[in-house]
Amino acid sequence: MPNRERKRDKLRWSKIYTFSCIRPTAQLDTDDAPFSLQGPGFSRVVFCNQPGFHRKKPFKYTTNIISTTKYNVLTFFPKALFEQFRRVANIYFLFTAIFSLTPLSSLDPFSMVAPLAFVIGLSMLKEGLEDWNRFIQDLKVNKRKVNIHKEDGVFGKIAWQKISVGDIVRVEKDQFFPADLLLISSSYDDGICYVETMNLDGETNLKIKRSLETTLLFEDGESFKDFKATIRCEDPNPDLYNFVGNFEYAHEVIPLNTNQILLRDSKLRNTSYIYGVAIFTGHDSKVMQNSTASPSKRSKIEKKMDHVIIILFIILSLISLISSIGFAARIKYSMIKWWYMRLPDSRGYYDPSNVAYSSLLHLVTVLILYGYLIPISLYVSIEAVKVLQAMFINKDMHMYDEETNKPAHARTSNLNEELGQIETILSDKTGTLTCNQMDFLKCSIAGVSYGMRTSEVEAAAAKLMATEISSFTENSPKSHQVARAESCLGNNDTVQQAGIKGFSFKDDRIMEGNWVQECNADTILLFFHILALCHTAIPEPNEETGSFNYEAESPDEGAFLIAAREFGFEFCKRTQSSVFIQEKYSASRQPIQREFKVLNLLEFSSKRKRMSVIVRDEEGLIFLLCKGADSIIFERLSKNGRLYEEDTAKHINEYGEAGLRTLALTYRKLDEEEYYVWNAEFVKAKTTIGSDRENMLERAADLMERELILIGATAVEDKLQKGVPQCIDKLAQAGLKIWVLTGDKIETAINIGFACSLLRQGMKQICISTTNVDLVSRDGNRIAKENILMQMDNASQMIKLEKDPHAAFALIIDGKTLAYALEDDVKKQFLNLAVDCASVICCRVSPKQKALVTRLVKEGTGKTTLAVGDGANDVGMIQEADIGVGISGVEGMQAVMASDFSIAQFRFLERLLVVHGHWCYKRIAQMICYFFYKNIAFGLTLFYFEAYTSFSGQSVYNAWYMVLFNVILTSLPVISLGTFEQDVSSEVCLQFPALYQQGSKNLFFSWYKIFGWMGNGLYSSLVVFFLCVNMFDSQQFCVGGQTADIAVIGTTMFTCIIWAVNIQIALITSHYTWIQHAFVWGSIATWYLFLLGYGMVSPIISQDAYLILMEALGPAPIFWIATGLITVACNLPYLAHVSYQRALNPMDHHVIQEIKYCNKDVEDKLMWTNEMNKAIQKTMIGFSARVDAKIRQLRSKLHRKHSSSMVS
Amino acid sequence: MMNNTSSETSGVNGSVGDGKGPKRNSKRPKYSKFTQQELPACKPILTPQWVISVFVIISAVFIPIGIASLLASRDVVEIVDRYDNDCLTNKTGSTQNEKIKYIQNSSRNKTCVRSIKILKDMNQPIYIYYELDNFYQNHRRYVKSRNDGQLRDADKEHDTEECKPENNDINGQPIVPCGLIAWSLFNDTYHFTRKNKPLKINKKGISWKSDREHKFGKNVFPKNFQKGPLIGGAKLNESIPLSEQEDLIVWMRTAALPTFRKLYGKIEVDLKENETITVVLENNYNTYSFDGKKKLVLSTTSWLGGRNDFLGIAYLTVGGICFFLATSFLIVYLIKPRKLGDPAYLSWNRTTGAQM
Repeated sequence: MPNRERKRDKLRWSKIYTFSCIRPTAQLDTDDAPFSLQGPGFSRVVFCNQPGFHRKKPFKYTTNIISTTKYNVLTFFPKALFEQFRRVANIYFLFTAIFSLTPLSSLDPFSMVAPLAFVIGLSMLKEGLEDWNRFIQDLKVNKRKVNIHKEDGVFGKIAWQKISVGDIVRVEKDQFFPADLLLISSSYDDGICYVETMNLDGETNLKIKRSLETTLLFEDGESFKDFKATIRCEDPNPDLYNFVGNFEYAHEVIPLNTNQILLRDSKLRNTSYIYGVAIFTGHDSKVMQNSTASPSKRSKIEKKMDHVIIILFIILSLISLISSIGFAARIKYSMIKWWYMRLPDSRGYYDPSNVAYSSLLHLVTVLILYGYLIPISLYVSIEAVKVLQAMFINKDMHMYDEETNKPAHARTSNLNEELGQIETILSDKTGTLTCNQMDFLKCSIAGVSYGMRTSEVEAAAAKLMATEISSFTENSPKSHQVARAESCLGNNDTVQQAGIKGFSFKDDRIMEGNWVQECNADTILLFFHILALCHTAIPEPNEETGSFNYEAESPDEGAFLIAAREFGFEFCKRTQSSVFIQEKYSASRQPIQREFKVLNLLEFSSKRKRMSVIVRDEEGLIFLLCKGADSIIFERLSKNGRLYEEDTAKHINEYGEAGLRTLALTYRKLDEEEYYVWNAEFVKAKTTIGSDRENMLERAADLMERELILIGATAVEDKLQKGVPQCIDKLAQAGLKIWVLTGDKIETAINIGFACSLLRQGMKQICISTTNVDLVSRDGNRIAKENILMQMDNASQMIKLEKDPHAAFALIIDGKTLAYALEDDVKKQFLNLAVDCASVICCRVSPKQKALVTRLVKEGTGKTTLAVGDGANDVGMIQEADIGVGISGVEGMQAVMASDFSIAQFRFLERLLVVHGHWCYKRIAQMICYFFYKNIAFGLTLFYFEAYTSFSGQSVYNAWYMVLFNVILTSLPVISLGTFEQDVSSEVCLQFPALYQQGSKNLFFSWYKIFGWMGNGLYSSLVVFFLCVNMFDSQQFCVGGQTADIAVIGTTMFTCIIWAVNIQIALITSHYTWIQHAFVWGSIATWYLFLLGYGMVSPIISQDAYLILMEALGPAPIFWIATGLITVACNLPYLAHVSYQRALNPMDHHVIQEIKYCNKDVEDKLMWTNEMNKAIQKTMIGFSARVDAKIRQLRSKLHRKHSSSMVS
Repeated sequence: MMNNTSSETSGVNGSVGDGKGPKRNSKRPKYSKFTQQELPACKPILTPQWVISVFVIISAVFIPIGIASLLASRDVVEIVDRYDNDCLTNKTGSTQNEKIKYIQNSSRNKTCVRSIKILKDMNQPIYIYYELDNFYQNHRRYVKSRNDGQLRDADKEHDTEECKPENNDINGQPIVPCGLIAWSLFNDTYHFTRKNKPLKINKKGISWKSDREHKFGKNVFPKNFQKGPLIGGAKLNESIPLSEQEDLIVWMRTAALPTFRKLYGKIEVDLKENETITVVLENNYNTYSFDGKKKLVLSTTSWLGGRNDFLGIAYLTVGGICFFLATSFLIVYLIKPRKLGDPAYLSWNRTTGAQM
């Protein structure tokens, strides 16, 4: 079986490839001396094919089992419990719960222990469930099967987790590598294989790995029977791009490098199978070394809440201390005279001779009693509210993706409000912004632009312009002006038929063989030939359609080949030396197969930015076909090759404007003689030994790639995911900054930047790179760093000197440079520069760097960051950011597993942030503030009463009132506020993304607000207590002549508090559904019902509250009018404050509420849309900025047309 | 303020995607107004009109109530007579120690005669209170020192754990009623005469009915009460059940503040202006130890209770503030009117200045 496959793949790629990583091994062996591997860091020894050696020490390495869980069965309880008690408040609650079991407490122990158990139990359960999911995920990975060499050349399947170091592994096409492997041989004769490293670095183009010459012999299972070799190499480390080691085989020592290493979690592509030796397994593998432990995240609000809690603690300690000191003074100086107290107490609670001890015990008592200042119910309620909010996120139909059948999912609920405070978004590119699918959309051949379909940018510009015009000319919305605007833009049809994947081209002039009738038919033919020939792909017959699929190195190439196929030039076969193309010029004619001999292939590299093939056609003519970036190509044109330069350049500009990625296509006809001269030189370069080889090769290629003749350009749309530009636009309008971190090449990244409007023409691009620095030299590092610093200085200067306020800068930096820029002494400067730029694009960054950049932004600016990505390479970033969002639409769950929220498509981010984030932020902020208010209002009354009881620790309220206060009487309204409150509707949120700024500016949880609410609580407590006390004083309060006792005053005060806090929340709420009504009014009603019911039960249970409402308070008018007075008095300041604010200084949502309230948005549509437009932040980036530019351009065009038509 | 703006339901149509029929494994969230947060809601907002009318209404309601309360309070006739010092000075020395010695000496006669002039007509019922000052009935140690079960059920007389140190007598027998509260029962007595004719004091019905009927047992009799070496206050007649010991019942309702009055009895005849009544009192209760005051209070009652201007003043104050706020907002509204929903006040319009 392997043999047969091998025959099919009779391709020796090394003969075709020129540069890249491939070098003739024969030279390699003599060229590079083996590494001298000594000292720490290079201790690993691997005995190939002898896993037995690795079962015992000292060569026993980690197994291939991976575990990403935080706990195991044994550690879960202690560890998770420990996590819980890292919250200061929980320690306090534990403390009070323990002491409430002693007689020191004046409260019911159950009311202390139960809520604590509930809160901690709930959090631990959540924690446990999350970890269980991780465990299951690991298990799935660990149980994957792979073929390994068992014995005597026999291979058998085992689970991944059983692989040990030294095992020979056979990996089939499209499988993941189970561990870090040393490539032994592949299905190709020359031991090449293709690897997709999406999961590692997000790059989509395939990488070529090549085995050592020595091991090529081991080409089937049988041959491994007696294979033995030793590898000495570096210890496990997270560096993905370097590997140092020696391979000792048959008394030879051969150096290894990263070309032979296949990394775990990358995928074998375009190659039937490979054999490899496991070097690093499990957590030793590079990808695992790159992963960081998933941190537990807490939202900013919660962290700030901790500070507030600490302030409350201080207040609590202060009043407890005051109580205690008062108590001590009383005991010492007065209480001794109070004969009715019968001091001292036998238990020492009230011992005048030991004041210190008594007051210490008293301190504990009051600490528990005043615990209402720090409500455990706050935590319970917040948990409950967040679960409900998460439920709303999960159930939101607007965030459900039909195609992948995936709704949004809030994986952790404790970050909901953080969604409303994001300031920087760090986004992955591939799979997140783009679908990684290229669509051939337009081309320019011989100075004529073909392709009728519009790109997304153009379509949007047209649409926006049309609506704008129609809003100006109210009467005839579809005026001729609009029609003309549309005609200017060409076909406005944006509906893309579900045609061929990768091909959205539509132009009858050259489709269906019609190109033959075009005047430049020859050039067009050449153009198609270049598309079909100039690539490194392999065709794969597709049984279903009868045509071919292409295994291309990059999706661009795939798109070209598909385009060529659709134009009638189907690439059908590649052999060692030739490429075969089936040509059909028109639908009717039979296809002809043509063979082109590939003489040389000068492949693409990001440095060269071009690729060429040299082919000999059937007539024996030799052509150099070259495609490349326009900037490179245009300077290489021959004098007579510039015929179409002007037109093509114009088209390329237009395409770029429209967000397409362009390549210029050229050719050169070679004389036989000329070619042979060059080839001789080239072959010489190819066989040169030494470090000069690379340069010589390049020089040779450079020699050939000259005097080119331009024929045209292609424009490929990197298919953005649905709605991405609009979403980025909205997010930019909401004041968010977007950074793109991608593993892709710098060009690709820039292209995408254009496509999703992060970059646009006229934006000043600041590229920081190290390409022009010679890194090989001895102190290359230092030089590089200095160079980078200089570049950054210059850029900063440039930004500072910029006069134009609308000027926008874009920072583009690549991974290598980033490595320097992230060093401690440079990063500050880098960050400052990046913050000044409107958009930042980092290319070729490793997963670790993504995480580092995220950390830099998070810690350097102190702003809230959100990272969004879809692949395993984004995991670090997702975990590092304040909020990690995983895209769940595509395969691969690592990112989702690591994320806090998962959405199916990038575009749902808009709704997630602008609607849910905004709401959740406001809800939680208001809820917490209210909680502080209500508990201070309640808790302080206890303190005042203390002063009247000589600080004895007696509570004025019945124990049951106190329990119910937080549990039933005031909990539901605040939960409904936290769950259902909407300051404005979701549509308005989306129409006015500027409202999002309220969250990032943290207007609703500022210290001003917090202290305001605390002050309000203080005020209310004073009003309730002193009004009550003075009203009842000592005189009789009812017609029966009875005077007020503790129960009467306590119950009245409590009633007043219930009214005051519930009316307060009614004033805060701006959105009343029946739920809010039921809860707010229901809470007040519940209190009276409770009082009635509780008063009816046996006095043994109800104690002093027995029949209190029926007998004592109900008939007393003073009770009712006191309630009314105190309720109003408590809420007066707030009411006056908001009225004042609304009257003179309304906030945005107030005004919008009013507009909606008065139906102005319906009556005065123009104003409404105007405001919508104005609400848009002056954005430097984004679609709107782009469309603005386009509109300006169109408008001038229109104007010209208009004036000319006026004249005629 | 609560203006029911018509509910706003918009957004997704519930039937989206229903046409295809539910897919078997569809994870599409089910539509409901609740989960999509589209429940009909009223969204009241504070318009200036609402604000002003709310304040006006509050002041319009509160000021009359305040006046009515003040009038009711002024109607009440209240006579307060402090007697703790006056009843002593001529009998003992003036130092505190001498006072305490005197009060603790049970063999001395503590009768004291006071005459009270009625300043205004007092209509029956006239309530007699004793007022204690600086007496912490609300102290935690004191409040807890009782057992409700024991007071109610004869079977539970042994539940005296909480009553320490006044739980058992020297023989270990439970004290009924136990605890410091009962032990320190007030024991001054008052007798009133008018023109040498005794005024009848009705001591029935001075406690809450519920206390008599449900909290203090009909078959619970005082036992071993005030038999210890220390005698706190009044003794109880052991042949009368607790439910009829109304002085005890009133005393056992602990007061909220250190200065408190408790009902002693009712005089059920009218007293005329300028009449003088004589009070013969037994000054037994020791307030001298803790510098407390003792007062005798005679008071009529109004619909609102006793004489206390505070409620009325508070009402007038709050009403006045509301009136002030209403006028201020009215002035603000007149001077600097802001059109409702005026887009000029949106933040993005404000920063760009007066471009509009």
